[in-house]
Amino acid sequence: MALYSDKVMDHFLHPRNVGVIEDANAVGEVGNAKCGDIMKMYLKIEDEIVKDVKFETFGCGSAIASSSMATELIKGKPVEEVMKLTNKAVAEALDGLPDYKMHCSVLAEEAIQSALEDYYKNNPAAKE
Amino acid sequence: MNIYADNAATTKMSRTAMNTMIKCMEETYGNPSSLYRTGQRAKEVLEEAREKVAKVINASPREILFTSGGSEADNQAILSAAALGLKKGKKHIISSAFEHHAVLHTLAKLEKEGFEITLLDVHEDGLVRPEELEKALREDTCLVTIMFANNEIGTIQPIRELGRICKEHGVIFHTDAVQAVGHIPIDVEADNIDMLSASAHKFHGPKGTGFLYTRKGIALTNLIEGGAQERGKRAGTENVPGIMAMAAALKEAADKMEQTSPYIKGMRDRLIAGLKEIPHSAINGDEEHRLPSNVNFCFEGIEGESLLLLLDEKGISASSGSACTSGSLDPSHVLLAIGRVHDVAHGSLRLSLGEDVTEEQVDYIIKSVGEVVEYLRSFSPVWRDLQSGKTQHIL
Ligand SMILES: Cc1ncc(COP(=O)(O)O)c(C=O)c1O
Repeated sequence: MALYSDKVMDHFLHPRNVGVIEDANAVGEVGNAKCGDIMKMYLKIEDEIVKDVKFETFGCGSAIASSSMATELIKGKPVEEVMKLTNKAVAEALDGLPDYKMHCSVLAEEAIQSALEDYYKNNPAAKE
Repeated sequence: MNIYADNAATTKMSRTAMNTMIKCMEETYGNPSSLYRTGQRAKEVLEEAREKVAKVINASPREILFTSGGSEADNQAILSAAALGLKKGKKHIISSAFEHHAVLHTLAKLEKEGFEITLLDVHEDGLVRPEELEKALREDTCLVTIMFANNEIGTIQPIRELGRICKEHGVIFHTDAVQAVGHIPIDVEADNIDMLSASAHKFHGPKGTGFLYTRKGIALTNLIEGGAQERGKRAGTENVPGIMAMAAALKEAADKMEQTSPYIKGMRDRLIAGLKEIPHSAINGDEEHRLPSNVNFCFEGIEGESLLLLLDEKGISASSGSACTSGSLDPSHVLLAIGRVHDVAHGSLRLSLGEDVTEEQVDYIIKSVGEVVEYLRSFSPVWRDLQSGKTQHIL
């Protein structure tokens, strides 16, 4: 049996939305190098819609795949919907992750939540 | 290109070992404990295997106990020495910080039972200092167990000197030589070794077979009770095909060591020189006192598991000490023991070469590792911070 599902390998080998958005208005970074995983999400939100998203990740195969999948799941979606994204949804979209790798999907959820917090901090008006 | 560069994890069985095994299964399938000829023939080949193994490390056949591998040999050696110590009220054991878990976990078990364990520092070069052993020895020390060569970073310990010190103090000296046997010369007499563990699958023999050398006069404690096999010290019908194949593999490895060793070393050094060219990388462990086949590097800004997966895509099998590959939260205890900080230890790569490796393959590995490291760094937030000066480079 392979370590990861075909979906995970596909997203790991061909990660979507890799990189940086220079004029992002929502940036979130979670994890730490000590534990071996860091994810950084750059979102460009316009009219309460995630117009663009990019990521940078330091981590294992499933961390990179989770980041990639998470960006696909939120791109073009209303912020309201993005707020509800769970780690389970990310893991399921990847056709599952090994138990001990579930934290990678949690990290993806947290990175996006952290970016949204950043967005509301910068745009207090947007929250209402 | 398909390159197996994880020979420290296990090796492919040699053709000689395979043929020996099949021949044994066809011809000497009897139970060595049976009295009829088919059984006694099996007994004979078993004892021939024991002689062969003993000869390679300059021991006598009676001092060789066949086991299921390195882990069992380590367990039995340590528990036996501890039992002997206990009888004399000696409950102190010295080892090193970067032993294999077969040793460390056995010591942890003894610690729970009231033994005191001192782990010697292995310093940044991955080498134990004899003078520090000398200082750590106490009246109640019953065992010193230091590995011959480390399985991750390949550093070869000053075994002869450590053994000499133990001898002078009358303390049993055990060495886990799983990574060394069949790869570098070992002489239990000259090297002052009392007990030594080995495993066949590390020298092109079969998995699930190994041996423990125990100097005459040191009593062993059984791990497995039952029949009187192995002089009553390990019950169970002997794995005759495995043992024969192990002996054949070991003899073969020893016979051609003089010729293969310099060649592998040359390939190793070519690989090391090539990987050093990758910016912000560093070799782990001393370069001189090192197994001929071992290369181990840390690369800043990347994580080991993704490195391995991408190398696998390029046909290269290797290993890493990152937490993600160990299934725990911490990176390898070996890399932490030589002072690598977590961030850097996660980005480690071990390549352990086989004797059939070619110059072309080494160059392909160098090129591939360089490409993969550069690619992973291109979207690593850790690397970005290092490059922008937000954090400082360590390597
Ligand atoms: C240094 C060392 N000791 C012990 C072992 C365990 O050997 P085995 O797999 O034969 O139990 C290994 C190999 O995994 C090893 O590298």
